[in-house]
Amino acid sequence: MSLLLKVSDIRKAYNGSPVLQGASFSCDENGIYALMGDNGSGKSTFLRVCALLEPCDEGEIVYLSNGLILPHDIELRRRITLVLPKIGVFNTTVFNNVAYGLKIRGLERAAIRDRVNRMLDFVGLGHKKEQAALTLSSGETQRLGIARALVINPEMLFLDEPAAFVDVRNKEIIEEIILNLKTEGRTTVILTTHNRQQAERLADRLLILMKGRVTAP
Amino acid sequence: MSSLLEAFGKAFSLMLHLNAELLAIIVLSVKVSGTALVIATLLGLPLSAYFGFKKFPVKGLMISLLNTFMGLPPVVVGLFVYLLLSRSGPLGFMALLYTPTAMIVAQSILAFPIVTSLSHSAIISVDPLIKQASLTLGATPFQTSVTILREARYGIMSAIIAAFGRVMAEVGAILIVGGNIAGFTRVMTTTIALETDKGNFELALALGIILLGISLLINLALHVVQKRGLVGVRS
Repeated sequence: MSLLLKVSDIRKAYNGSPVLQGASFSCDENGIYALMGDNGSGKSTFLRVCALLEPCDEGEIVYLSNGLILPHDIELRRRITLVLPKIGVFNTTVFNNVAYGLKIRGLERAAIRDRVNRMLDFVGLGHKKEQAALTLSSGETQRLGIARALVINPEMLFLDEPAAFVDVRNKEIIEEIILNLKTEGRTTVILTTHNRQQAERLADRLLILMKGRVTAP
Repeated sequence: MSSLLEAFGKAFSLMLHLNAELLAIIVLSVKVSGTALVIATLLGLPLSAYFGFKKFPVKGLMISLLNTFMGLPPVVVGLFVYLLLSRSGPLGFMALLYTPTAMIVAQSILAFPIVTSLSHSAIISVDPLIKQASLTLGATPFQTSVTILREARYGIMSAIIAAFGRVMAEVGAILIVGGNIAGFTRVMTTTIALETDKGNFELALALGIILLGISLLINLALHVVQKRGLVGVRS
């Protein structure tokens, strides 16, 4: 495993109201981590801070690779990614949505075409690649979000409630995608969920966010 | 009623047998308004993006001013440019009054607030999730800004169309700064005004129909561009 994450005593408040109150977490082995917690416990905030989408007020987020501490720059941000519960869909085709991360990295068209087509087949959207992405169902949109994140081969993938707003069939497909990632073993996944059974099905390690701190169940 | 129908008939006949003078008027109209639109877009679009992406102290005031300027009376703009370019004005030495350049300046001033203000509205209307999606996928701040602009493209195109409609149809400003000189600064709208005054409704109507036709063509072209924009890199 090349990318490690160490979160030390992070604190975050919104308008003076504390959300994270000294949360610490260490991701030192490859696998799938499930973070559970009640509504409003700060799971999404925790993921957003860990994924460097927003800063914490106090504490430290450290990414390490081969023993070296990595600066929080664009290079690091391109090795991790976060899939939010509500996917921001670009107003273009399904194919172009998934190609986005590769285009901004300057990959060649042929490579983009190849990787995107394979990824769309992987998430079961290959037959819809020319369709306008905004016309997808909520379950398909969620799969699109996961495909868009996976196509860039992230070393660390944060999934915020990946199957919260989808039907049973799409939930099963999404879980299968996550389990496939586990088998491939290239990506560390940190996901949040309300569902204990789902967490146990998917994760190697369960964590609970309670009163702004991460604990073991 | 019969004279109106007769006028329409003659107008269509004029359109079918476009003479050199009529053609020159149409070409100059498109050239002046098109150039003004390009200038207004080149200045207005980056400014609208700046207003959309940056926070600064007098931003609200500046946006309110822009919104106010969207309704600038063309004659007031014409008067302002006239005073600026007249011999005794600060730019009088450039001898631009009663030239197509003066008309372009006046129309650019009219189009600029429309392009800027409506584009700004389109940019700030883009779903905040787009920015987050872009950042989570590893985009730089510049790439994220480009993505947001791309998402706002239909709104921006509408802004440009609205500005084009405004400058193509206006007569007050270009009449004041252009002078409606035959073969030099005479455009469609000033010709329509002049020919109506003279009671020559056939030519005025013919130009009116052509003006509408040009607007329709531009809208159709933009519609095609918008549809193509949806496809991008082909799979």
